[in-house]
Amino acid sequence: MADATTTRQELRKPRRPAVNLHVVGPLVALAVLIVVGVLLNPNFLSYGNVTNVLARSAFIGIIAVGMTFVITSGGLDLSVGSMAAFIAGLMILVMNALVPTLGPGWPVILIGMAAALVFGFLAGLGNGLLITRARIEAFIVTLGSMGIFRSLITWLADGGTLSLNFQVRDVYRPVYYDGILGVSWPIIVFLVVAIAGEIAMRHTAFGRHCAAIGSNEQVARYSAVHVERVRLATYVMLGMLVGLATIMYVPRLGSASSATGVLWELEAIAAVIIGGTVLKGGFGRVWGTVVGVLILNLIQNILNLTDLVSPYLNGAIQGVIIVLAVVLQRQKKAL
Amino acid sequence: MGVVKAFKALALAAALAAPAAAQAQDSKVIGVSIPAATHGWAGGMNYHAQEAVKRLEKTYPQLKFVLATAGDPGKQVSDIEDMMATRNIDALVVLPFESTPLTGPVKRVAEAGKWVTVVDRGLAEEGIEDLYVAGDNPGFGRVAGEFFRERMPSGGKIVVLRGIPTTIDNERVEAFRKAIEGSGIEIIGMEHGNWNRDSAFTVMQDFLSKHPKIDAVWASDDDMAVGVLEAINQAGRQDEMWVLGGAGMKEMIKRVMDGDKRVPANVTYPPAMIATAIEITALRFVSNAPVSGRFVIGSELITQENAQNFYFPDSPF
Repeated sequence: MADATTTRQELRKPRRPAVNLHVVGPLVALAVLIVVGVLLNPNFLSYGNVTNVLARSAFIGIIAVGMTFVITSGGLDLSVGSMAAFIAGLMILVMNALVPTLGPGWPVILIGMAAALVFGFLAGLGNGLLITRARIEAFIVTLGSMGIFRSLITWLADGGTLSLNFQVRDVYRPVYYDGILGVSWPIIVFLVVAIAGEIAMRHTAFGRHCAAIGSNEQVARYSAVHVERVRLATYVMLGMLVGLATIMYVPRLGSASSATGVLWELEAIAAVIIGGTVLKGGFGRVWGTVVGVLILNLIQNILNLTDLVSPYLNGAIQGVIIVLAVVLQRQKKAL
Repeated sequence: MGVVKAFKALALAAALAAPAAAQAQDSKVIGVSIPAATHGWAGGMNYHAQEAVKRLEKTYPQLKFVLATAGDPGKQVSDIEDMMATRNIDALVVLPFESTPLTGPVKRVAEAGKWVTVVDRGLAEEGIEDLYVAGDNPGFGRVAGEFFRERMPSGGKIVVLRGIPTTIDNERVEAFRKAIEGSGIEIIGMEHGNWNRDSAFTVMQDFLSKHPKIDAVWASDDDMAVGVLEAINQAGRQDEMWVLGGAGMKEMIKRVMDGDKRVPANVTYPPAMIATAIEITALRFVSNAPVSGRFVIGSELITQENAQNFYFPDSPF
């Protein structure tokens, strides 16, 4: 035993300053994917493709940043995908209803955006209150609200698709497709949310409280952290970020249906874990989440750009890479 | 609504029981069991089922209908058992959620001497149903393939978006491939878009990044066509290619009707086939017309000339 430890330490010593896999694991995986992508298809790094991948990462990305805080504080939210579909449906209904009085223009869209944030706030508040005040397991509460939101959007759409008024859509469209200096709006919003999230996690009392609650709730309580209030805040913030993601999503196809946002919750949770946040709570890393989202979307993109494997196996490849990315960073802990 | 109807039926039965037994016997109950509206096509199917029931109840006062929608196969089995136990149905029109779990329960209905009509998805065992009404999946692929052949006489490069990996999807794609064989049309990319707008959008974005030249797209479904068209718009390559969807979504039919160059045609796989099944089943009880057997609804090509006949603005699909 003693021999084993000494050799292990000897091995580790010279490496330690150079590589800390726990931190750079996700980055290494991302870099490998990018290199693979470049080797397989010359168009991989083209402006168009990079923009596509970043913009489509934005929805899950914005949600995943919020999810990082929820998971860090020891919670979980399974309802975000259904919530996004439900909010998108309500937002479309609100805007369509206002067109006859306000006309198809920015006022209608701004009200629609505000509505999305309000609905997101309320949905998050509902989840959060049930978890903190009624003291029901987060898993059960959000599993329940996941079913509720999904049924409500199916019911609102009468089983079909809710489509945004055609003229409003023309005005709203640039919010997904245009931007500043060739960087489209979803990417800009994603970046701002990610930076704000990183600062909140690392440099504010709120972020430290999340980690404290996630690592030991009792200790946090004795240390005068308002456990319930911080928990509630994480769910409300996540709800509003879902609303924000919806604001970016609706102009893309101008519609919402029961097929909108299916499995987004799992993609968001996967991104958070790939990024190095601990599923049990206690430690969160927002920049890691961003890397996680990019990894997930790059896998799909690379598989689409090449014909290496049967499309039936796409899910398997994705699964292997997710597990590998996590193994890579947990290795140090295992030692 | 179900409760009210049940009360009405009870009241009617009580009133008619003694003096007019003969008349009561003339009244027939037809049970309709279909999957719930969880995606666009199923939404359309629900709409057409309700419309058919409304129409038939008005035309034939002696027919009563029980309509139940189920979110999963288990619920559908319970629905059918309830119809047998409490509503004493004379006929069952069923679009099975899944073939295998529904085979036993539907067989018991048939064994009880009731008329059974099966729609779209066949049962796992042959010879149970009296009437089978279905769409034509190989035909769906073949008609689409023939349209490509006709539009691209000198061949060309196309990409294909497939649905959720199922037998339905395989039959369609197989027939499509056969139809374009030897035409010089080359499929340069094929991926699953899962009959979903968002997936189709991202798949098409990636096809557009990968292939500098695409002459046409077989989106094979109208929900996917919506995503595909948006991705083409974004890339600004509208004039380069056209898109063929399928299933007859009203927005797409409208574009065909208006002569949109990028959406030249559509192929039907009508959710209204449930209405066909209900109507034919009703005929069994109100006329002498023989109706047992198989009824396969052809997949038709919709072009600008005939689009008017396929446009249902009130349907959710």
